[in-house]
Amino acid sequence: MKRILGKAWKYRDNINTDEIIPAKYLNTSDPKELAQHCMAGIDEDFVRKISSGDLIVAGENFGCGSSREHAPWAIKEAGISCVIAKTFARIFFRNAINIGLPIVECRQAAEEIQPGDTIEVDVDAGKIINHSQGKEYKIAAYPPFMQRLIAAGGLLNYIKASQTSCENKIS
Amino acid sequence: MPMTITEKILAAHAGRDQVVPGEFIEARVDIALGNDVTAPIAIREFESFGAREVFDRNRLVLVPDHYAPNKDIKSAEQCKIMRDFARRQAITNYFEVGQMGVEHALLPEQGLVLPGDLIIGADSHTCTYGALGAFSTGVGSTDLAAVMITGKIWLRVPESIKIIFDGPLNPWVCGKDLILYTIGQITVDGALYMAMEFDGSTIRGLDIDSRFSICNMAIEAGAKSGIIAPDEITLQYVRERARRDFSIFTSDPEANYCRTLHFWAEEIQPQVALPPLPENSRPVDQIGDIPIDQVVIGSCTNGRISDLRQAAQILKGHKVNPNVRLIIIPATQSIYRQAMKEGLLDIFLEAGAAVSTPTCGPCLGGYMGVLAAGERALATTNRNFIGRMGHLQSEVYLSNPAVAAASAITGKISHPREVVSD
Ligand code: SF4
Repeated sequence: MKRILGKAWKYRDNINTDEIIPAKYLNTSDPKELAQHCMAGIDEDFVRKISSGDLIVAGENFGCGSSREHAPWAIKEAGISCVIAKTFARIFFRNAINIGLPIVECRQAAEEIQPGDTIEVDVDAGKIINHSQGKEYKIAAYPPFMQRLIAAGGLLNYIKASQTSCENKIS
Repeated sequence: MPMTITEKILAAHAGRDQVVPGEFIEARVDIALGNDVTAPIAIREFESFGAREVFDRNRLVLVPDHYAPNKDIKSAEQCKIMRDFARRQAITNYFEVGQMGVEHALLPEQGLVLPGDLIIGADSHTCTYGALGAFSTGVGSTDLAAVMITGKIWLRVPESIKIIFDGPLNPWVCGKDLILYTIGQITVDGALYMAMEFDGSTIRGLDIDSRFSICNMAIEAGAKSGIIAPDEITLQYVRERARRDFSIFTSDPEANYCRTLHFWAEEIQPQVALPPLPENSRPVDQIGDIPIDQVVIGSCTNGRISDLRQAAQILKGHKVNPNVRLIIIPATQSIYRQAMKEGLLDIFLEAGAAVSTPTCGPCLGGYMGVLAAGERALATTNRNFIGRMGHLQSEVYLSNPAVAAASAITGKISHPREVVSD
């Protein structure tokens, strides 16, 4: 997996998919175009302010609302390397895993990280490092099935691999 | 081991005797749904995967409803991607403009979703079909693509939360008020990852339309699904529509719930959810004077025939307030025709409402009633997020159709009794 290292952009609880990508931009499905409007429902200049590799850090229920996969696509294509939140809404969670956008649930980190902190996430070692504050947080490993999905590079790659190996058991 | 209705449906579709919450399963899908926003991405993924044929051309349902009839050139192109794909794959259940309706009203009406089914849809309000006793959940486009290829879906078996309503309903209270009240009690993530199972004497007395409204908004409490076990009311609705066999599942009495809530319907008045979250629900008479610029009656939550009847009952013989635009959108063509036959459309037009062909339109701020900065709408839809219906500085309040109709007359958010007697 690509190294996750960048500046934190911090948001509140219940950031919904209308905020991540407002419906007025849903008349396209081109990830590059969607990325131009990433977080436009809450901060219209977001895309111009961030650098590639930066992270989004948020509170409870990140990505609630619609099933639009446009939301994790917009975040991924905008160059955000990872989203850390206290909890994620379930469809957003699925979508992110399915398209290969790293997301991490960590209550304490989401609480303590300050806007602008330099954050590193090492998914394999199971930790978040806050370089600005000199703190480290442990993160729980994904369930084995999800680890296989992530390792395969998303759901469709996983299906492709299991089809060629003539095996499609998931547990 | 005792199981909930949800666990039983999932076990049956995973070819298992039993499943337990938390485990991951691969389950067979009865019906998969996509719309003009989500299907184009799924189609792109399906094609770049190199897949040639969908798993079952009778079980993939495609509905252009969000920006159709096409709002602009870009949305026309999204719809065209879906239409061309439907033709290439000879999809039986592609609904063109003229036959289409808001998807979650259309599929049950067409008998495409049935009790005991496992349904996935690339739309968050796919949870609506739980009202028929099916397991039904919203997913994203990549999930839809995977189902289009394999006919299967990976799922984590959810815990269930039981919500019981007992007692008679107050005047002008319907399913919408019960679900707004529930979300107010448990908050927008109170059922995160869970299946919400509704039961109790109040639920058993509700017509199918009210049950659809309740399960429709399970997602607004973060739930994976909402479900109401089938009974005579369910069977009456599906029997005349079903064109294939279906199975009835119910929860075992000793089934496990992570939480059980018991509410008394008599304590619940018509509700209004204040922006920006559906959890901000309050009894309509406790919110003070809130003037409005627009009222929308429609959507997959409340665009069905009983919703229109309620609205007509209030609007009959009244005029829409000169400061308000009232937009009414029957959710499907057959609801539209039924409303015409019953004279409801006449009542709406006479009152000064604009009546639209079925579409999601304003519900997601798409078109047909987008709000300007500083404007405020009352809608029978399901989301009052910031900017949901237009400008980031516009506001959306949520209510049932009777409150919406009464408010269109008075020009401010009003209890129906301000306009008609109980
Ligand atoms: S009516 Fe609104 S909530 Fe329902 S499917 Fe359409 S956009 Fe979604």
